[in-house]
Amino acid sequence: MIRIVDLHKSFGSKKVLNGVNLEIPKGETMVVIGQSGSGKSVLLKLLIGIMTPDRGEIRIAGRDVAPLRGEERLQVTRKFGMLFQAAALFDSMTVAQNVAFGLERYTDLGPDEIAGRVAGSLAKVGLQGIEGLMPHELSGGMKKRVGLARAIAYEPEIILYDEPSTGIDPIRADAINELIILLKNEMNVTSVVITHDMVSATKVADRMAMLYEGRIVALGTPDEIRNSPDPVVQQFIHGRAEGPIKNW
Amino acid sequence: MSRSRKVSLLAGFLRQVGEAWILFAETFRNLFRKPWEKKNFLQQLEEIGARTLPVVSLTAAFGGLVFGLQTYVGFHRYVGQGSEAYGGPIISLGLTKELIPILVGLMVAGRVGSSMAAEIGTMRITEQVDALFTLGADPNRYLVVPRTAAAFLMLPCLTLFGDIIGIICGTFYNVTLMGVNGTVYLRNTLLYLQFWDVVSGLIKAAVFGVIIAVMGCWQGLKAEGGAEGVGRATTRTVVIASICILIVNFFLSSFLPG
Repeated sequence: MIRIVDLHKSFGSKKVLNGVNLEIPKGETMVVIGQSGSGKSVLLKLLIGIMTPDRGEIRIAGRDVAPLRGEERLQVTRKFGMLFQAAALFDSMTVAQNVAFGLERYTDLGPDEIAGRVAGSLAKVGLQGIEGLMPHELSGGMKKRVGLARAIAYEPEIILYDEPSTGIDPIRADAINELIILLKNEMNVTSVVITHDMVSATKVADRMAMLYEGRIVALGTPDEIRNSPDPVVQQFIHGRAEGPIKNW
Repeated sequence: MSRSRKVSLLAGFLRQVGEAWILFAETFRNLFRKPWEKKNFLQQLEEIGARTLPVVSLTAAFGGLVFGLQTYVGFHRYVGQGSEAYGGPIISLGLTKELIPILVGLMVAGRVGSSMAAEIGTMRITEQVDALFTLGADPNRYLVVPRTAAAFLMLPCLTLFGDIIGIICGTFYNVTLMGVNGTVYLRNTLLYLQFWDVVSGLIKAAVFGVIIAVMGCWQGLKAEGGAEGVGRATTRTVVIASICILIVNFFLSSFLPG
């Protein structure tokens, strides 16, 4: 489904991604772990097309989408839904308008059908009857769930999660984890989750990849990652200050 | 200042100019592409037009009064008593061609340009601009095009309104307050003020509208670094747009006929 080949991205003289290679089959939940600033968010933004790579390929269903622009790119973006770190709800719009936003642009549905889809998406994430509220009236956890409802409303094939458990308490974080698993099972979506929360990562992942110094340094199931002999991986998953990772 | 520092400053300046031009070119291209964001466009018409009207009215009124006052003093002191009625065309010409377009431009830069930069800057920092993209809305078409088109249309309207208020106030000062002969004053004004004088002021205003909107959106879209970054974007928008308005006004005054 997704194949990333020799992906490079720099900002000025800072190389953020330095030859990332990764393959994610359809229906899999891939969790990308790594330190803050290791390029995880950049990887997601390259996947969805918010940023363009300096070099390398991003193949979606066999087609390199990195060079696409305009309408062609939009057709590819349509396949993706994204949950942003702080939900990124449009603060001048109600919850219903937020969730309907993608539906209005990506589909030809009429107002009644859109209203039905909005209610359905909100119900899927456990929120009902809040269509008229504004984002500032929601708690952090509710915002994330509305963000998720917005991302799944137009039924994308791939869902990208940017730090889904960051900024909310452990109980709400676990509720989000349960939702990620539920959506994968119900909608058979391919998911890419980036996080540095190991509890969340272990719970939702089919496979995990660790990004370090711009490259994937470890790839495997949660058990394989946990038992990895690589000292970089061990230092990160156990959250130790001492070890080969020094640039914090 | 070392040579390398000068080169780096020049490169930075050229990069900024290039970025603004690219945004302008992209906006111009998108102006003719469907779908149009009609709802956003109408909202911006209201924001830039109707909501700026009180500020523009007040500015134009006092601009007209003070211009009327100085013209009266000038004629009275240097030409002689009774000549003040010849100030009418000068007041009208100065207001419609220069003072009102500039005052309206500066007021809109302060009120609307800064708000564009703050709103889009906040959207950028909270990833709402990225969210637009992922949900199928091109940020340029959704945010920049409606604002630029609305500013292009509303600035001339505000300026025309300001022209009328300014001329009325200039006339009020001279005729009503200072007792200048009203018939001669108005006859001279209508005789010497040409249609093109008003139109050239409106053309300037339309150009200022584009400058303000592009600057506000550009600074907003490149905002980074949290609340401080948004504050910087807002300040830069007002400063850069105001300077550009004054510089562009000089060139337009030189090149526009009349």
